[in-house]
Amino acid sequence: MSAIRLTDLTLGYDRHPAIHHLSGEVATGSLTAIVGPNGAGKSTLLKGITGTLLPLAGGISLAKGKRLAYLPQSAELDRSFPIHVYDLVAMGLWSRAGIFGRIGAGVAHKVEHAIAAVGLTGFERRPIGTLSGGQMQRALFARLLLQDAEIILLDEPFTAIDARTTADLLALVQRWHGESRTVVAVLHDIETVRRAFPQTLLLAREAVAWGATADVLTPENLLKARRMVEAFDSHAAPCQRDAA
Amino acid sequence: MLYDLFIGPFAEFDFMRRALVGVTALSVSGAPIGVFLMLRRMSLTGDAMAHAILPGAALGYLVAGFSLPAMTIGGLAAGFAVALLAGAVARATVLKEDASLAAFYLISLALGVTIVSLRGSAIDLLHVLFGNVLALDNDVLILLAGVATVSLTALAALYRPLVLECVDPGFLRSVSRSGGFVHLTFLALVVLNLVAGFNALGTLLAVGMMMLPAAAARFWTADITRLLLLATGFGMVAGYAGLVVSYAAGSSLPAGPAIILAAGCLYILSLLLGSQGGLARRALIRPHLER
Repeated sequence: MSAIRLTDLTLGYDRHPAIHHLSGEVATGSLTAIVGPNGAGKSTLLKGITGTLLPLAGGISLAKGKRLAYLPQSAELDRSFPIHVYDLVAMGLWSRAGIFGRIGAGVAHKVEHAIAAVGLTGFERRPIGTLSGGQMQRALFARLLLQDAEIILLDEPFTAIDARTTADLLALVQRWHGESRTVVAVLHDIETVRRAFPQTLLLAREAVAWGATADVLTPENLLKARRMVEAFDSHAAPCQRDAA
Repeated sequence: MLYDLFIGPFAEFDFMRRALVGVTALSVSGAPIGVFLMLRRMSLTGDAMAHAILPGAALGYLVAGFSLPAMTIGGLAAGFAVALLAGAVARATVLKEDASLAAFYLISLALGVTIVSLRGSAIDLLHVLFGNVLALDNDVLILLAGVATVSLTALAALYRPLVLECVDPGFLRSVSRSGGFVHLTFLALVVLNLVAGFNALGTLLAVGMMMLPAAAARFWTADITRLLLLATGFGMVAGYAGLVVSYAAGSSLPAGPAIILAAGCLYILSLLLGSQGGLARRALIRPHLER
């Protein structure tokens, strides 16, 4: 059973492909890291999966009836907006409450639970503008918890976050994995990937390697990935796949 | 003495009572909309839209003279047209929404003034630009109250996605497709309130009743609920104070500008004294906790 299946997928901007002919699948309940050099198309791939970016060719199919949650790299979040941490986290209830649904006492309990799970108890009434980068990321993870999605996509969730917060949030990711949710995370820190992510996709505009982390993250593969992105030239012929 | 100043004018004169009802209705719906405009960084959009409704209202005036339905329908049509056109141009071309809106409203404003001048005198033009809050008839009051009712109901219904669209539009997109609809409905409410305000205060001052109370309230609270209530309160106070001052000053101070000046005073006071980043507080209180 695959949660996400990619078939000959090409994604790009302005007709310039950022990802070429990518095929493969993410198994349900798997914990996959996407790694690769800058400009390899990692964030683009996540945008494709969420549906905000339409494929130029090929297709993406998601397992039917599964809820998807996505944490973008730098959320378009307006941190000056006068709203409390509690209300920000409670947004995660959207899929259940929608526009009019009541957020009652039972659900309020869930919100508090999620806030406690990310270690932000006591911050409920703080305006979001007063949070540090790490605290903000904790709050966004609490919102992800409430979204209760079967498929969770994270785009560089630990970038510019201190070690303690990273460890706490990584524990949440492990917990999701334990609950058989499908988690896909774009990461930069190879050590974290080796330690915590069983599956890895090494991306450099196309898949350099995709499979068990130990098999994928070999020195040869990493070097190859770096070369492939360096070699890419936006003035080159539209599709270099066969020439390469 | 105090009675003569604060209550007398309203007890004595029908037109003062009507004016008070009108500006109260206007602040009940306009101020919350102003809060959302401010939080969405669209403060100047409100200003641009206010100018954009002018040619429509002027066309209505050209066809039917000072007729409320004609000017209202014209204003609404022009406002919606400019909002949609500006949005469409921003989406389809390299121009950003603010630039395309500026282009359309400048054209609209020039067109509006031209149309009014074709038929009317300078006095007519002044009326269109600055309104006449002391000459509200039943029809205008019903329009103001109706718009306030519709606006508040719509804001209550759309509150959740509207707030979400301001705080984290990316997240709203990921969980719901309502973002575009919410944005358009909100723009429609802006136009509706501007057209209503236009009849009482004129195009130029209608925006003031939206933005000044909202901007003033932001200096007092960092909570969206309180912000909405406080802005509405400020709007009402400004409306009342403006009428009182204008009455006390006799014919030398017209009521519309007096109301906006009162709102402006509230804004300046808040800017100086406000608990959330007010200037005086910043100067008086030491920047960090020290023993």
